[in-house]
Parts: sequence; C-alpha cells; structure tokens
Amino acid sequence: MGVATRFFLLTMLHSGICLRRPQLVIKEVYSAGVLSLIIIIVSGLFVGMVLGLQGYDTLQTYGSEEAVGVLVALSLVRELGPVVAALLFASRAGSAITAEIGLMKATEQIAAMEMMAVDPIARVVAPRFWGAAISMPLLAALFSAMGIFGGYLVAVSVIGVDEGAFWSQMQSAVDLKDDILNGVIKSLVFGAAVTVVALFEGYDAPPTAEGVSRATTRTVVTSSLAILGLDFVLTAFMFRGL
Amino acid sequence: MSDNLVEIKGLHFAYNSRPVLKGIDLTARRGQVVAIMGNSGCGKTTLFRLISGTVRPTSGLLSVDGLDVGALDQRGLYQLRRRMGMLFQFGALFTDMSVFDNVAFQLREHTDLPEEMIRDLVLAKLNAVGLRGAHDLMPSELSGGMARRVALARAVALDPMLILYDEPFAGLDPISLGVIGNLIRRLTDTLGLTSIVVTHDIQESLRMVDYVYFISEGMVEAHGTPAEIKASGLPFVHQFVHGEEDGPVPFHYPADPYAADLGLSYA
Ligand SMILES: Nc1ncnc2c1ncn2[C@@H]1O[C@H](COP(=O)(O)OP(=O)(O)O)[C@@H](O)[C@H]1O
Ligand SMILES: [Mg+2]
Repeated sequence: MGVATRFFLLTMLHSGICLRRPQLVIKEVYSAGVLSLIIIIVSGLFVGMVLGLQGYDTLQTYGSEEAVGVLVALSLVRELGPVVAALLFASRAGSAITAEIGLMKATEQIAAMEMMAVDPIARVVAPRFWGAAISMPLLAALFSAMGIFGGYLVAVSVIGVDEGAFWSQMQSAVDLKDDILNGVIKSLVFGAAVTVVALFEGYDAPPTAEGVSRATTRTVVTSSLAILGLDFVLTAFMFRGL
Repeated sequence: MSDNLVEIKGLHFAYNSRPVLKGIDLTARRGQVVAIMGNSGCGKTTLFRLISGTVRPTSGLLSVDGLDVGALDQRGLYQLRRRMGMLFQFGALFTDMSVFDNVAFQLREHTDLPEEMIRDLVLAKLNAVGLRGAHDLMPSELSGGMARRVALARAVALDPMLILYDEPFAGLDPISLGVIGNLIRRLTDTLGLTSIVVTHDIQESLRMVDYVYFISEGMVEAHGTPAEIKASGLPFVHQFVHGEEDGPVPFHYPADPYAADLGLSYA
C-alpha cells in the first residue's frame, strides 16, 4: 500500500510531460477509452432496458408508471453509470494496461528505456494514467446516456408509457449538482483508482509469464473491490451528508 | 583524456549479501571490441548493470570516461547513459512503435531536431544495419536477427561512445550471427565507438574482438588477445574453447554423494 502510494505520487510528479506532449496522452485515451466504447455502449443499453422493464413492473403496482424515466435516470446517473462502467473499464482497459506494462518489463523494454536515459514513469506510466483517467468519466457518461436511451426504448416504444411524461418527470427530478456532478466525481475517483491499480500491478509484476498473468488478475480483482468500497464511502458522503 | 574508456579495479558486488562479483579487474580501451565470456550465471549481465549504473558496486573502482559511476546521482547517470548504448539480449524493441519510431526514440526524447532531420538520421542508421527498407514494419514482424539489428541501430542513434551488448548472438542462425558480429566490428570502427560484448560464442568472438576476458566464479580467470587466448593452455579456457562438459567448470551442481541420496549408506 505504501509502495503504491509512493508510485502514485511519483506519477503525479512526472506528469509534466503530459502537458508538454499531449499526443502521448491522446494515444492512451484511444487505447483505454475509444477501444472500450463498444462494451460500454452495449452494456449501457442493456442495463437501461432491464431497468426500464423492472422499473415499469414495480411502479405499475403504485400507478405511477410515468416515473419510470426518473427511476432509470437516477439509478444510472448516481450509481450504475459510474459503478458498472468502472467495473467494465477495469476488466477491459485496466487488465490491458497491466498486461502491457508487465510485458514491457518482462521483455526488458522498461530497462532499455532507463538505459536510454528516459524515465519510464514519465514516458510510459504518466500518459497512461491521464489517458485512462480522462476516459473514465466520459465512458461513464456515455454508459448513462445509453442506459437512459435503453430505458426509453423499453418503456416508451415497447410498453407505451407516455413519452412527454417520461422525459419531463426525468428532467424535473434529476438535479445537476446532487445527481450529475456527484456521478461525475464518482467516475473520476473510480477511473483514477482503477488506473493506479492497473499501472502499479503492471510495474510491480515479476518479469515472467506467470507473474504478468497473476498481476492482470489482481488488477481486475483489486480494482473491482476498490470501486465498490469507494462507491460506498462516496455515496455516504454525497447523499447522506455524513 | 585517458586511453581507457572503461576501467574496473577490484570490483565487488553482492545481491542481498550473496556475492556475485569478487574482485574484477577489466579495462576497455577506446576503439576496442572487448568480449566478456563465462558460463551462465557468472555475473556478466550484473557487470553491465554496474557499468550502466543500474546497481552500485559494493566496493572497488569503476569508471567510465573518467567518471566514477557508483558515485553519480540520477542526473549524472542519465547524462552518462545518453552517451552509452545497450543492446539487450532479445533486442527489447518497443513493441508499440514501428522500427522507425524505435530508432527515432532517443532523438525525439533528447533533442529538439526537426522531424526531417530525424528522418534523415534514422534512415542513415537503419541503412548502416541494412534495414532501411524495413522502417515501417512493427517489431512483431521482424525475425530475431532483424530485431537485433534494429536494436543496434537504435543503440547508435545518438552516436554513443560506448555500447554494451548482452549476448547479441544468442539464439541466432549462423548467417545472422555472422551479420551481427560484422556489424559490431564495423560500427565500432566507423563510428569510433568502444564495444563490450558479453557472449558464449567463442568462435565468433575470437574472430572479431580485440581482447577477451573469461569470468568464472565472480573473478577474471583469464584474459588476453584472441591469439594469446588460443595459445594459452589454461584448462578453463581449453574447456570453454572446446565445449567440454566437465573440467574446471563441473558438470554436476554441487550435491551430496549420489549413494547417500539413493539411501545406499554403508557407513
Ligand atoms: N536482481 C537480482 N537479484 C538477486 N540475484 C540476482 C539478480 N540478478 C541476477 N542475480 C543472480 O546473480 C548471478 C549472476 O547473474 P547474471 O549477472 O544475470 O549472470 P549472467 O548474465 O552471467 O548469466 C546469478 O546467480 C543470478 O541468479
Ligand atoms: Mg545474462
């Protein structure tokens, strides 16, 4: 834990290169963010559709089926968007980062870089951190948007809930600061947590095939647990005002 | 300016108090190709880590171009390493970059040269290793010998004074092996470098190098020019040159008597 913290601080300290050479970060936004688009879009859509079905079913009992839009939107923006997107991000992008850095170490690419008087923390780790940390909130927002669209498809197009009520209730119930901003903060924190775990595990992996494969597994397990734990803490602070 | 680029005297080194190098004396004169030979695990890679300042000596003198490597701070080390190239055993090319970008890496990291000039320099270095035509391939598309030639072009990109080669011949077919051997010799002579080559390939070494050191058990066992080595009757050298399985370097890892392990104790 102490080593990981030191690693994180070193990464922050060496992040200047990301401002001087933004193309390094853009490349990582592509591999962490753009390449995660498909899984985020498809999962978001399905999660939203399921929410639509389940929400309608429950709300119907109380005669307030138009509120299904509110239920879908709030569940996604506050919780499911940041959390599920981060879990998917951990298994799609986090594992890839760990495997890549672990292999770079195992094949002496990191050592070669140090021999060429280039600091791998600045050149390899920092751009990946910022690339992934920038991607995560965008992916979570996309996930929520796709989910709301999925909920709309099911509730309005298939079941036949009134379209006007669906949107207007959603608009009046979702608060910019309490819901959306808090959701964005969550996804920022989750993104940073996943990326630090992934980078650290890769950098720390024993330089063997077995070491890299174990590190990749550990990235997914550790960062998933971190996401869920952090989500509880953040939710407690944000919505209960603890 | 001293004639010796690398000077090592009484060098000791231990990993977690397990001694690996026990008093090495070695010099590499400017412009020479020096070979370091020895069985696996005798500390050759460790010696390179010391020369490049990745690890620090326990005791002894280690200087490169007059600088005490063990006493340099991070900045000093990085400055020294810009004038030093290293060829890793399997090339260690950056797998996410093309051949061109690999060779251009140090130019882009350490200089502000305009892109056209970088292009000219990179193509010149690739031409020197015969791979100008391969500049837009990815490392995964290269054979082992080609990867090592690209790594060689990358190592000389900033015109270093010293290049360290860690087993550059390992796992190569005889043709590629000869190609790499000749390249090391030619680049050393034309670019005015100094080269230190760690290798097991005694025939290739005796053909192309200026001086040979044999290391065994963390000490220099023998050294001399290829001619002196061939003429010497030292049992260790004889075993190495002729590839005999038993001799001063034993075939058996130290063990209890076989009979004892089999439970055949007649005591
Ligand atoms: N990082 C390390 N930590 C501890 N021991 C090491 C380390 N690297 C190498 N060794 C040990 O030091 C000895 C010399 O290793 P090395 O220099 O790699 O040998 P060579 O390159 O001659 O085959 C070996 O016994 C090896 O096990
Ligand atoms: Mg070695």
